[in-house]
Amino acid sequence: MPLDTVGSVEAGLDALDTPVVEAKVSLPRRIVGRVLPPIVAIALFVVVWQILWAAAFWPEFKLPAPVDVGAQIWELVTTGEILSLFWVSVHRAVIGFAISLLIAVPLGLAIANITVVRRGIGPLVSGLQSLPSVAWVPAAILWFGLNDRAIYWVVLLGAVPSIANGLVSGLDQVPPILPRVGKALGAGRWGGIRYILLPAALPGFLGGLKQGWAFSWRSLMAAELIATSPDLGEGLGQYLHNGMSLSDISMVFAGIMLIFAVGVGIELLVFRPLENTVLRARGLTRAS
Amino acid sequence: MTATIEARQAVTAATQPVRFHQVGKAFGQGRRAVVALDQVDLEVAVGEFVCLVGASGCGKTTLLNLVAGLDQPTAGGIEINSSRPAVVFQEAALMPWLTAAGNIELPLRMAGVPKSVRRTKAAELLELVRLGGLGDKRPHELSGGMRQRVALARALASTTDHTGSGAGKPSLLLMDEPFSALDAITRDVLQGELLRIWQATGTAILFVTHDVREAVRLGQRVVLLSSRPGRVVRQWDVNGLTGPAEIAAVDEVNAALRQVISSHAA
Ligand SMILES: Nc1ncnc2c1ncn2[C@@H]1O[C@H](COP(=O)(O)OP(=O)(O)OP(=O)(O)O)[C@@H](O)[C@H]1O
Ligand SMILES: [Mg+2]
Repeated sequence: MPLDTVGSVEAGLDALDTPVVEAKVSLPRRIVGRVLPPIVAIALFVVVWQILWAAAFWPEFKLPAPVDVGAQIWELVTTGEILSLFWVSVHRAVIGFAISLLIAVPLGLAIANITVVRRGIGPLVSGLQSLPSVAWVPAAILWFGLNDRAIYWVVLLGAVPSIANGLVSGLDQVPPILPRVGKALGAGRWGGIRYILLPAALPGFLGGLKQGWAFSWRSLMAAELIATSPDLGEGLGQYLHNGMSLSDISMVFAGIMLIFAVGVGIELLVFRPLENTVLRARGLTRAS
Repeated sequence: MTATIEARQAVTAATQPVRFHQVGKAFGQGRRAVVALDQVDLEVAVGEFVCLVGASGCGKTTLLNLVAGLDQPTAGGIEINSSRPAVVFQEAALMPWLTAAGNIELPLRMAGVPKSVRRTKAAELLELVRLGGLGDKRPHELSGGMRQRVALARALASTTDHTGSGAGKPSLLLMDEPFSALDAITRDVLQGELLRIWQATGTAILFVTHDVREAVRLGQRVVLLSSRPGRVVRQWDVNGLTGPAEIAAVDEVNAALRQVISSHAA
């Protein structure tokens, strides 16, 4: 075959093989498509709630009116109290999560790479993941007293195992061919970890981070609910606790909704976009 | 013309990129051990294109892994006198989080080559495999053939030793059935590309395949490996054969391969 024919066959193959880029849907449409379904779902939920309340199946002190709960939240917003509630809880969760990350990453690396460590504490870490971290609240209060350290202790025990396990399973799922390729390309021990293993494990690790966040938020709320003291400052957990003490069901509902909103909000604003970016770059996008 | 090579002219050992000395490789211990390779003697000359053929499971991949340093022989020794051998695996195995150019830059990055140098080198290599302008594509956006070409470029990048220890030494490219997962036309095109790149770079190539036709078309020398244990059975000089001579050579190697396989039937 003459060379230029080879070239043109090759060019033709390449042209045929290159995937067609899909036409982008316009931005307003995408937003409508994303945002509308959850709004409709929430609206439906409120409507059902309103109907149940109006039918008065339960007394007012058990099921508050949606309007009353809305008024509670609105009051928090207008007085600015909501900011301090959010600040107290979210900054604790973020600090707790960050410390968990610092502990969990070396731990996960050690479990994944060192056989003795894996056999020794691997099962322990997986086991801790299924132990509800609220169980640590009494011990933490006895050890540290009613202070921030007790709360962080509970958050750590909630988040560290899930982050470490996420990293371990991410590393375990790396196709064995990739480290081999890395070695053939001249990667040393650290080069292999830094340039091959860690990036390859990233999707699994992100899953672990997401779960770790959920656990640290959950543990924090449990700790705040139980460990209430004026020294601790008022977070969302304490707010909920106060609602219970005052037998104010609309306050309790408002507290639950705010806790839910923060948990879901951080997942949607931080973890979802991060995960989508990583997966899309690798051609692993799910239908979204 | 096909001639079995009985005695290859002695080239000074120092200039040969690879020399096997009675190499053996067994997996496992004691009686359950699988002897994959036994007393293999093989050498590749500077710039030579050697094709290794053999039945499935005869130890071809094992042999390449030994040369690549991914595995250690259990007997004998291998003398490597080249810059780090470049390896192309059967699957492209590109890093999915890196672009095509990023993949090619990876070995340079791990060797600590500065960014600007990496950029130019990657662009050069992309041109060499005729993928100029596609450096920003992710592996999943490329076809199988294109991915394999990126893998080839990446392997070539890994052999260009910038640290100095391998400077001036002959280069060596190891390829393990790189085209076997591709369709016939793409494979045909890539074989042509490989010959062009071989001529352009002057690298020695040790190419593993189970396709005798491919081996005879590409190689200057074809080496037949027996199965269990893998030994070098015969070698043929197939340099520059065309037309009827090429077909005759293919038939001859095929016949020998069949004979090796059927000897296991008993
Ligand atoms: N890690 C291993 N542990 C045990 N046995 C192995 C291992 N790797 C290879 N073998 C055995 O060594 C022999 C040679 O394997 P190898 O993969 O080198 O064959 P091959 O010629 O590359 O085969 P194919 O054409 O299928 O790629 C086989 O019998 C195989 O079962
Ligand atoms: Mg093989």
